[in-house]
Amino acid sequence: MTDALIYAHGLTKRFGALTAVDGIDFSVAPGEAFGFLGPNGAGKTSTMRMIGAVSPRTGGELRVLGMDPEQNGPGIRSRLGVVPQQDTLDMELTVGENLLIYGRYFDLPYRDIRDRATELLEFVQLNERRNDLVEPLSGGMKRRLTIARGLINEPELLLLDEPTTGLDPQARHLVWDRLYRLKQRGVTLVLTTHYMDEAEQLCDRLVVMDKAKIVAVGSPRQLIDEYVTREVLELRFPVGVQETLDGKLDGLGERIERLPDRVLVYASDGEAVAATVHERGLRPDTVLVRRSSLEDVFLRLTGRSLIE
Amino acid sequence: MAIAGVRHLEHQLFVYRRVWRGTAFSTILSPILFLSAMGVGLGSLVASTAAFGGVSYLAFLAPGLLAAQAMQTSTLESAWPLLAGFKWLKTFEAEIATPQRPQDIVLGHLYWQIVRLGIVTGIFLIVMFFFGALTSPLALLMWPAAILTGLAFGMPMAAWTATQQRESSFPILFRLVITPLFLFSGTFFPIDRLPAVIQPVAWFTPLFHGVALTRALGLGQPLELWAYGVHLAVLVGLVVLGTLIAFRTFRNRLVV
Repeated sequence: MTDALIYAHGLTKRFGALTAVDGIDFSVAPGEAFGFLGPNGAGKTSTMRMIGAVSPRTGGELRVLGMDPEQNGPGIRSRLGVVPQQDTLDMELTVGENLLIYGRYFDLPYRDIRDRATELLEFVQLNERRNDLVEPLSGGMKRRLTIARGLINEPELLLLDEPTTGLDPQARHLVWDRLYRLKQRGVTLVLTTHYMDEAEQLCDRLVVMDKAKIVAVGSPRQLIDEYVTREVLELRFPVGVQETLDGKLDGLGERIERLPDRVLVYASDGEAVAATVHERGLRPDTVLVRRSSLEDVFLRLTGRSLIE
Repeated sequence: MAIAGVRHLEHQLFVYRRVWRGTAFSTILSPILFLSAMGVGLGSLVASTAAFGGVSYLAFLAPGLLAAQAMQTSTLESAWPLLAGFKWLKTFEAEIATPQRPQDIVLGHLYWQIVRLGIVTGIFLIVMFFFGALTSPLALLMWPAAILTGLAFGMPMAAWTATQQRESSFPILFRLVITPLFLFSGTFFPIDRLPAVIQPVAWFTPLFHGVALTRALGLGQPLELWAYGVHLAVLVGLVVLGTLIAFRTFRNRLVV
């Protein structure tokens, strides 16, 4: 894996007695959109900070752009774009000034930054807000500005820590659209998320993290094929009924998952199982057949759902 | 590569360009109020001038206030604004995601304080001039002396702020450290008026050295060479030590 942009082997991060990242292996190829999917506290942010050369690793091997973050932090950071979980914008400055001072941190000349800022603000659809203060902007606008800021040094690799957490659906789709365009331009994206739809939309390949470890690797499709069936039948019973069902669901589909509020039956043909449910005389409030998603993969791998 | 820390200074100057109007009024008003109330008002009641080396109370007081103002400015500048960078806005987190390093933020903060102190003490000196408390061109040497005094507080304060999680410790520091120093470091009266037991304590307070140095330069009352040496050594020592410790505490805070 010599041509990998990021290579990690046995990568470990401990904070005192807490192991945040426990010996993980992965690599990211140029041009790839690579995701870390997992619940809060799984170790995603700690991993991103080590890749971003702002957090020293406790153990293992890590190469970013062919360099060791421990030896050459500033060298790596000069070629990275970072979109942190919190926007970390300077609220006392305008949109344009935020880009300007950030570009200066990369030692770029003012003229270059101004030209680049014009392009980037166009790209994230904020050019009309250039001279406005950041403070009153909406969450989605601030997020887009943070993405533009992360691109000011024309990075080869863009790190995004939960790019759409806290945004409304419309704002999320706009961010996804921009990230998709970046990916098409050949920018390597590495992102963390706890939204499976985000991972499915954006990632060519992803790892599922849980409790500081990687529990699965693959493309969204591969993971779904490997760990779950093609379809899922979701059954929602009247309050109190689900607890009385014991035995009556046995033998349905390939696997049954009982959640507090509904029962998931994994099967290649959901409609057929729905018919069987009806034949057995069960009367759920709602019956829904859907395609399996990464959410189901995560449930299968960890026994828990992603967002609780 | 630019000089380490210069980018952080640029950032501060951009912010200052936006917010300077908010601070300008108090920067100008504060020396006017203090010099007229204490220097002119109270000073008119102070008959004896022997204790002040033969100058008026206003002339005696002004350099002390100048040094004390530098202390206040620098300490404030290294309290809330730095915690905002660490905790509220997290702009420092954004900064170290670039080729900048924690020590660059520390150095940039040092340069920024020189600028800010230069402005505040410069305006103070202009006000002093209009009060007739600036006697000779040589008295302008008070300017660097006051800036140095400010830094001797600002840099150790910056190092300490990097270790603080909450802002609640700042008011306590101002009440227990800054205000007593302001009152008892020779700003308002010579320390030989303090009880004999307390006088040596004054020698261990940084503001005393700042006030003594600034006043000697301002009044053209030369000190013994060793005294200049001690005052300068204490102030420069605090700046250097504060900066070196800040390198560490900023790193410990940001690189985890």
